[in-house]
Amino acid sequence: MDKVMQVSVFSENKPGRIEKITGIFADEGINILAIAITSTNGFGIIKLLVDKYERAYEKLKESGFTVTLNEVLAIEMKDSPGGLYEVSHILSKNSINIENAYVYVVESRARAFLLVEVKDIEKAKESLSKEDLKFFKYAEFKLA
Amino acid sequence: MKAPEIIRPDSYWQKQDEIIGKEALATLQLEHLTKSLRRVYSNVPFYHTRFDEAGLDPENIKSLEDIRRLSFTTSDDLRANYPFGLLAVSKDEVVRVHTSSGTTGRAKAICFSKNDIECSATLIARCLVMTGTGKGDILQNMMTYGLFTGALIMHYGAEKVGALVIPAGPGNTERQIQLMRDFGTTVIHITPSYSLYLASALQQKGIDPRKDLNLRRAYLGAEPYSEETRKKIEAIYGIDVYNSYGLTEMSGPGVAFECGYKNGMHLWEDHFFAEIIDPETGEVLEDGQEGELVLTSLRREAMPLIRYRTRDITKIITGVCECGRTHRRISRILGRSDDMFVVKGVNVFPQQIEQVLMGIKGVAQNYQILLESYDHLTIRVEIAKELFDGNIEHLLQLQTEITDKVRADILVKPKIELLEPGALPVSEGKAKRVIDNRTM
Amino acid sequence: MIWNKQAECMPDKELRKLQLERLKETVRRAYENVPYYKKKFDELKIKPSDITSLRDIVKLPYTTKTDLREGYPFGMFAVPGKDIVEVHTSSGTTGKPVVAGYTRGDIDTWGEVVARCLTMAGATSSSIIQNGYGYGMFTGGMGIHYGSHKIGATIVPVSAGNTKRQIDLMQDFGTTLITCTPSYALYLAEAAGEDGVDRKKIKLRAGCFGAEVWTEKMREEIESRFRILALNIYGLTEIIGPGVAHECDKKAGLHIFEDHFYPEIISPETLEPLPDGERGELVFTTLTREGMPMIRFRTRDVTTLRREPCKCGRTVVRMDRITGRSDDMLKIRGVLIFPSQIERALLEVKGIEPQYQIIVTRPRHLDEMEVQVELSNKMFSDEVKHIEEFRKKIEAHIEKSVGIRVKVTLVEPKSLPRSEGKAKRVFDKRELK
Repeated sequence: MDKVMQVSVFSENKPGRIEKITGIFADEGINILAIAITSTNGFGIIKLLVDKYERAYEKLKESGFTVTLNEVLAIEMKDSPGGLYEVSHILSKNSINIENAYVYVVESRARAFLLVEVKDIEKAKESLSKEDLKFFKYAEFKLA
Repeated sequence: MKAPEIIRPDSYWQKQDEIIGKEALATLQLEHLTKSLRRVYSNVPFYHTRFDEAGLDPENIKSLEDIRRLSFTTSDDLRANYPFGLLAVSKDEVVRVHTSSGTTGRAKAICFSKNDIECSATLIARCLVMTGTGKGDILQNMMTYGLFTGALIMHYGAEKVGALVIPAGPGNTERQIQLMRDFGTTVIHITPSYSLYLASALQQKGIDPRKDLNLRRAYLGAEPYSEETRKKIEAIYGIDVYNSYGLTEMSGPGVAFECGYKNGMHLWEDHFFAEIIDPETGEVLEDGQEGELVLTSLRREAMPLIRYRTRDITKIITGVCECGRTHRRISRILGRSDDMFVVKGVNVFPQQIEQVLMGIKGVAQNYQILLESYDHLTIRVEIAKELFDGNIEHLLQLQTEITDKVRADILVKPKIELLEPGALPVSEGKAKRVIDNRTM
Repeated sequence: MIWNKQAECMPDKELRKLQLERLKETVRRAYENVPYYKKKFDELKIKPSDITSLRDIVKLPYTTKTDLREGYPFGMFAVPGKDIVEVHTSSGTTGKPVVAGYTRGDIDTWGEVVARCLTMAGATSSSIIQNGYGYGMFTGGMGIHYGSHKIGATIVPVSAGNTKRQIDLMQDFGTTLITCTPSYALYLAEAAGEDGVDRKKIKLRAGCFGAEVWTEKMREEIESRFRILALNIYGLTEIIGPGVAHECDKKAGLHIFEDHFYPEIISPETLEPLPDGERGELVFTTLTREGMPMIRFRTRDVTTLRREPCKCGRTVVRMDRITGRSDDMLKIRGVLIFPSQIERALLEVKGIEPQYQIIVTRPRHLDEMEVQVELSNKMFSDEVKHIEEFRKKIEAHIEKSVGIRVKVTLVEPKSLPRSEGKAKRVFDKRELK
C-alpha cells in the first residue's frame, strides 16, 4: 500500500490562516483532496490530504508555518449506509485505536476514503494487510 | 464626597508611642537600631561581612545617619540566603515562616519569633484603633490566608483589639456576600480590584451595599490604586476606605496606615527606620522628594533587615498630621522601581515566568505577559517549530504543562495562549515582555 | 512526650470530679445564656440544678446539626457578640452552614488541645510543622496553627493544595511534621518520590492526618512511603475543630481530651447510651467552651470508647478510628455496612471510576444490595465478554473485603448523576417501618 502522508499545520484561531494556506497551494498547483480542522483552547491544527505533499510541506515551511508530515491510513469504504461501520469494525477487530479520522469523498455515493491517524502506523498497516480492504493509491488519481 | 470619618482623638492603641515627641522618637530609634545592629553583627554572618566591608563597628554607632555607611539589603540577598541564612536567632525561636511566591532559589522566606508576631499584631492594633475598629466590630478578612502575611497578620491584630474576625479568605463571592449579610460585617480587608468586583456582584444581586449591608469601612492593600478608585469605592459602598501598606519582608501589613484624615499613611517609626532614596544612585533624598522607600527594622528579632530596598516608590509627606500622631506619613505607593507586578494580590516578577517557560520543552524563546485586570493573567507563548508533530493532544498537554508549572511558581493560574512561532514582535535589545493594560 | 501531663494523665477520680464541675458550669451557662437551650430544658422540665452527677447527663437533650442550623448565625452563642473574636463555619451539603464562635479563651483552649495532639506526634519547640490543612473558614488550618504557636514550634502555613510547593518547602525548611488529610498525604508521598526530589532533604518524622475517614491500610502506605509515623487526629467544627482527640505513638486509638470534651456512645437507632466497648454514635458535650457550649452534640461519627489504660501513660479515654457515619450506616441481613467500606473495596479494583450508587431492596423478605458502578471509558470500549468477567471480579472483591454478597451492575461512563457537594450514594428502598 502507498505511504499516504498527511500535512498538519498549527494555527492560532484567527482569520485568514486557511486563506493563506490555500493561496500558497494555488500558486504551487497543489490539489487539496481532503481537509479537517480541529480547534480547541484558542488554537487549532489543520490537517490536509494533498497530491504533492512534499512540495506542500516545503512551501508552508518556507512561508513560516509550523508544519509537519505524518503517515496515515487511507482506507476505501462505500459511500453508503454501513460503509463506515464495516471499516471501523475491522479496525476494532484488529485492536487499532483511532486517534483522529476524517473522510475523503472521491465521488459522492460511490467512493470514499476514511483517513485514520493511529499511534503505531507500521503495526496497523501490517495487521490490516491481511484484511480484505482497499487502500488509497496516489497513482489511481494520477497524482504525485 | 462624604466627609471623612474623623476618629475621636483619644482613639489610640498605644497613645504614648503614637504621639511620641520628635526627639524622644529619634532617641528611641537610635537605641533600638544600635541593639539591632549589634545583634545582626554577632549573629548573622551576612551582615557581619557587610559591617566589616564598610569598616563599621556596631559599637560605634553614634547617630541614625551612620547607618548610611552600610550598603542596602536587596531581595536578591534574601533569595540568596533562603531559607534560614539571615536568621539572627536560633531556629528554635522561630515560630512562623512566611514566604513570597516563587520556588526554591527564587522565593523569599521571612521568619518570625514569638515577639515578632506580637509586634506585628500590635502595629495592626494601632492601625485598627486609629481608624475606629475595635470590640463589637466584625471584620471580614478577604486576603489570602497561608504563606502570605496579609491575612494572618491582620487576623492577629484584629483579635488583639477584640474585633470578631471572619477568616473568609479571598474569592467565593457568593459566600462572601452571604457572610457579610448574615454576620453584619462592619469592616472588610480586601484588595482594591476585588472590592470593585464584589460591588458589581452585589449590584447584580440587587443588594445595595449602602442600605442592605452593615459596612462601615474597608482596608485596602496589596495592589496599587488611585485616589479616584478610593472615592469610587467609598461612594459605592457608602463607607470609609483606608490605605494600608506593608510587605512580608517587614512583617506584612501594618507598616504604614492611614488615619481618619486619609492624607498619607503613618509609618510606625518606632518599629521601622525609613529612608527615601534615588533608586538609580542610591542617594538619600530629602523629605517630600519622590523616591524608593528603604526600611530598616528596629525591633525584629528573628530576621532583622538593615536598609531593605522595598522597590516601592513613594515620598514622605511633610508637616504635622491633625490626628496628633507624630509618626511621619508616606504617600500612597506611586509605582515600583523594578518590573514586579501584582495579580490576584500576589507579587510576581516576569523573570519567574521566564524561567519556568524556558525550562519547558516545546516552548520557543519568545513570550509575552498580558495584564488586562488585577485578577487575571494571560501568557502568550510561541511554540517550538521543531517539536510540532501535528498531534493536538500533545499541544493540549503542553498548554496544561505550562499552566501547571507557572501556577506552581507564581501561585496564580495563568491563561496560556499558544502562538505560531514568529507571531510575537521581536524587539532589539530588551524585549518588552509585560503588556500592562490595567488602569487603577 | 506529654504536653500537659496533669490533664492527660489525671487520676480517674480527679478527672470525674473536674468533669462534673465543668459540666455543671456549662449546663448552667447554656441554660442562662442560650435561648435555644433554655427552651429545650424547659420543655423537658430540666433545671441545671438537676445535674448532680456525670450520670445525670442522660437527662439532657441531644443537639443536632439541624438545631445548629436553625440557630444560624448567632443563635447558639452563650456570650455577647462583642466577646466573640473568631468564627468558623462548616459547609453543609444542604442549607445554611454551621457556625462556631470562639472567645479569646476558646482560642486559647483550642491551641492547648492541639498542642497536646502535636506533642503526641513528637512536636517540640524545635519542630518545623508544615500545615497543609486549609486556612480560612475551615477550622483545620487555624486550629493546627494555634497549637503550633502554643508549643513554639515553627509553623509553615502553606495551607491546602499546590503539591509542588509543598514538596519544595518540605525540602527547603526541613519540615519535621506535616498535617493534612490522609488522602493528600498519599498524593504528596507519591510526588515526593518523583525525580528531582532529594530524599535526603526530606526530614519528615511524623504526620497528623484527619478530616476524613481513612484506614489502617492507608496508614501503612503513608508510613512506608514517607518513612514516618502517621497518626490520626480527630475533631469537628461544632465542638472546637481539630484537637478533640489524637492518637499517641502506640496507635491504639485516639485519646479524647476529657477535661474539655465529654464523650458518650449512643445507639443511633434507639438513642440509648451504650456501655464502653460497644460500637455506636459518638456524642460530645463541651466542658470549657465559652463562646458556644455544646450539650450532647450528635457527631454522627461511629466509633467505640475504650477505657483500658494505654501504655503511653495517659489516663484519658480512647476512641477507635472512625469507621463511618451513623446517617449512612446500613444493616444488610443483620450486618452493619458503611458505604465507605464498599467505596474502599471499589477503589481497589482497577478500571472503574469512583462513581457508584448503592441500592438496597428487600424482595421476598431478604435484603439485597445492588452496587451500580461506572466503567471507565477505556473499559467500556472493550468487548462484552470481558465486561462480564470484570463484573464478577468486582463482586468477588467486595465479598472478600466487606464480607457481604452484593450484586454488581456496570453502567456506562458518566451515566450516574453527579452532584456539586457530597453525592447521594445510597438509596434504601426497603420498607422497614
